[in-house]
Amino acid sequence: MEKRQVGTDKVKRGMAEMQKGGVIMDVINAEQAKIAEAAGAVAVMALERVPSDIRKMGGVARMADPTIIEDVMGAVSVPVMAKCRIGHIAEARVLESMGVDFIDESEVLTPADEEFHLYKRDYTAPFVCGARDLGEAARRIGEGAAMIRTKGEPGTGNIVEAVRHMRTVQAQVKRLLSMSVDEVMTEARDLGAPFEVLMQIREAGRLPVVNFAAGGIATPADAALMMHLGADGVFVGSGIFKAENPEKFARAIVEATTYHDDFERIASLSKGLGEAMKGLDVRTLKEEELMAPRGW
Amino acid sequence: MTTIGVLGMQGAIREHVRMLEALGVDTRVVRSVEDLNQIDGLVLPGGESTAMRRLLDRYGLLEPLRDNTQLPMFGTCAGLILLATEVEGYDAHLRKIPMTVKRNAFGRQVDSFEVALPVKGIDETVEAVFIRAPQVASVEPVVDVLAEVEEAIVAVRYDKYVACSFHPELTDDLSMHRYFLDVVAANKHQLA
Repeated sequence: MEKRQVGTDKVKRGMAEMQKGGVIMDVINAEQAKIAEAAGAVAVMALERVPSDIRKMGGVARMADPTIIEDVMGAVSVPVMAKCRIGHIAEARVLESMGVDFIDESEVLTPADEEFHLYKRDYTAPFVCGARDLGEAARRIGEGAAMIRTKGEPGTGNIVEAVRHMRTVQAQVKRLLSMSVDEVMTEARDLGAPFEVLMQIREAGRLPVVNFAAGGIATPADAALMMHLGADGVFVGSGIFKAENPEKFARAIVEATTYHDDFERIASLSKGLGEAMKGLDVRTLKEEELMAPRGW
Repeated sequence: MTTIGVLGMQGAIREHVRMLEALGVDTRVVRSVEDLNQIDGLVLPGGESTAMRRLLDRYGLLEPLRDNTQLPMFGTCAGLILLATEVEGYDAHLRKIPMTVKRNAFGRQVDSFEVALPVKGIDETVEAVFIRAPQVASVEPVVDVLAEVEEAIVAVRYDKYVACSFHPELTDDLSMHRYFLDVVAANKHQLA
């Protein structure tokens, strides 16, 4: 038999394909991870603090303590993701060495490098990155990201930015597909996007990797909205374990994601869920408090 | 006309539909019991088996699928786990193929791999992508072993059921799906 090849595009992007239609939940310990898995999460994101607490704490937010990540990896059989700072080669390598299944090079943490993102093709572990528009998504795919998500505005419980980012990417993909081929290079210049990635998108008729919604999803209806707008799945950060009844909330968000076009079902599963996380109006945040503009 | 259903809970649904359409059959995404009456075979896609099981339970599809003895099924990765009579350390799901499977048996995602794989009954090697893949730890003698990776069983056939640990739906290699359609055709012939 031929030799096994690890870390190929097919293996990394395929891993993300398997998460489609599912919910990935932020957890800060083994107990929360088990609740998430029992509710039907397709993966968990192991963190030291959820984004809303990162906002409250202030200071520099870094990769989680490896003990927390190991505890979560030991507690569940679904894939475990973890975040490293943008451009932090060492944090990324540490997470990879621990066998983390997916690394989020995330604007939720304080960037380590304000100019350069990681060259993600160098790693065996797959990466997910945030994007506000097609140019940003294409740059990350060019660097080797195997999954894209909206940035949204994390930890706010406010869906408005995630909606903006999802609609922007979708509209720009449609525009790209309707162009004649001689217009693509100029579009690549205008978007700041690698030409080859744009050509791949035209060939496939869609992004070559899955695109999840993230940043501000707080209710089952929010998850359904993002699926309706074309998300392949959703990340829920503070929304679940900052809700009054996390178990019920987690189950309801999973169901609303699967049956996002069955509004009677969403009505019935949204009843008596208890209080959702308290949200923040993004407009009241100061420039330096915004996370989405981190990275480029 | 042959219609093949793809279980539409979660995972690589669109990819299987694409493969089946390329082979010229009608497809239907199955999300309710009623859908089962309108198909000649069912594909259980790759995804997260724990998440899929929760959804099967919640939407009342587990029992009807477990009780159905007529419908040919093809499971890939998580789908293979769903078809086994025994799952190491977990409850079994649809219990169609008398075998014991071990989840995540090749390791974590960093150990996921692709390889050109010889499969019994298929002339060319199959482009096989393994992602946090399960292995078949043991089979009853009635089960036909179709492929192995370094002595670990990764593809089987039993009666009208076909299962593999890898993801043909992530490639352009149609051979495993063609193999399943032959099983579906034979079953249809038998029923008629």
